[in-house]
Amino acid sequence: MNLTLIKQGWMRTWLLVLSATGLSACVTINIYFPAAAAEKAADKVIDEIWQVPAGQSPAPSQHSAPTATPVTPSATPVTPSVNPESAP
Amino acid sequence: MMRLLHNCSRLLQLFLHQGYHTLKVGVFLGCLAMLFEALPVYAAADLDVNTPAVAAVKASMQSRHLQLLPHYQSGAVGLTADGFVAVKEAGLVPLSQRSALTALVKDENADRTNLYRGIAAANGHPEWEGEIQRTFAIRWIDKAQPGWFVQRDGQWLRK
Repeated sequence: MNLTLIKQGWMRTWLLVLSATGLSACVTINIYFPAAAAEKAADKVIDEIWQVPAGQSPAPSQHSAPTATPVTPSATPVTPSVNPESAP
Repeated sequence: MMRLLHNCSRLLQLFLHQGYHTLKVGVFLGCLAMLFEALPVYAAADLDVNTPAVAAVKASMQSRHLQLLPHYQSGAVGLTADGFVAVKEAGLVPLSQRSALTALVKDENADRTNLYRGIAAANGHPEWEGEIQRTFAIRWIDKAQPGWFVQRDGQWLRK
């Protein structure tokens, strides 16, 4: 009887450990690198860092060396601001 | 031999008798374990990019971008395939400013390393640094403005 009890206890723990590890192992596989989330985060960070919108003219550089490349179409937002001259 | 067989059948009997209940408890415990392990998964559905360390790096890169921008446009500096920047054509910059340019690129790359490492650490997975860097590398290049130089397959291309 004693032996049976010991065996029961042993088997119970063994099964518990087995099923618990088995199940958690299934879950561990899911903790992959969240590629989509990373891409979203990267987009957000890059937009923040490069926040000068493509349209706006770049900050005037102190030196005049690389100005010979008009790469960005400088679509400076010509906002129809109230012009004192045009006022009647 | 007979004793062994007897023991085996006894074990099997015990298993059948106790197995169901034990498995039930095991499944319950497994579910609990799953819940605890699943929590960080849900937390990671959105990567955290707003820790003080990451914010500081971002601010530093933001202010440097204004200095780097003319160099991206001229082609003096390009975006590498591994998520960094590199001096592509130093000749486009006056001799007197080349050391400043080198320093600029070096600082930018140091910040970028800190950015990738910081985001990985902020999300509790320092081992993600490489993957984050790879993701950024692709996105920097995708978002580069027309005319900038980017590296692809070891070659510089103009977007």
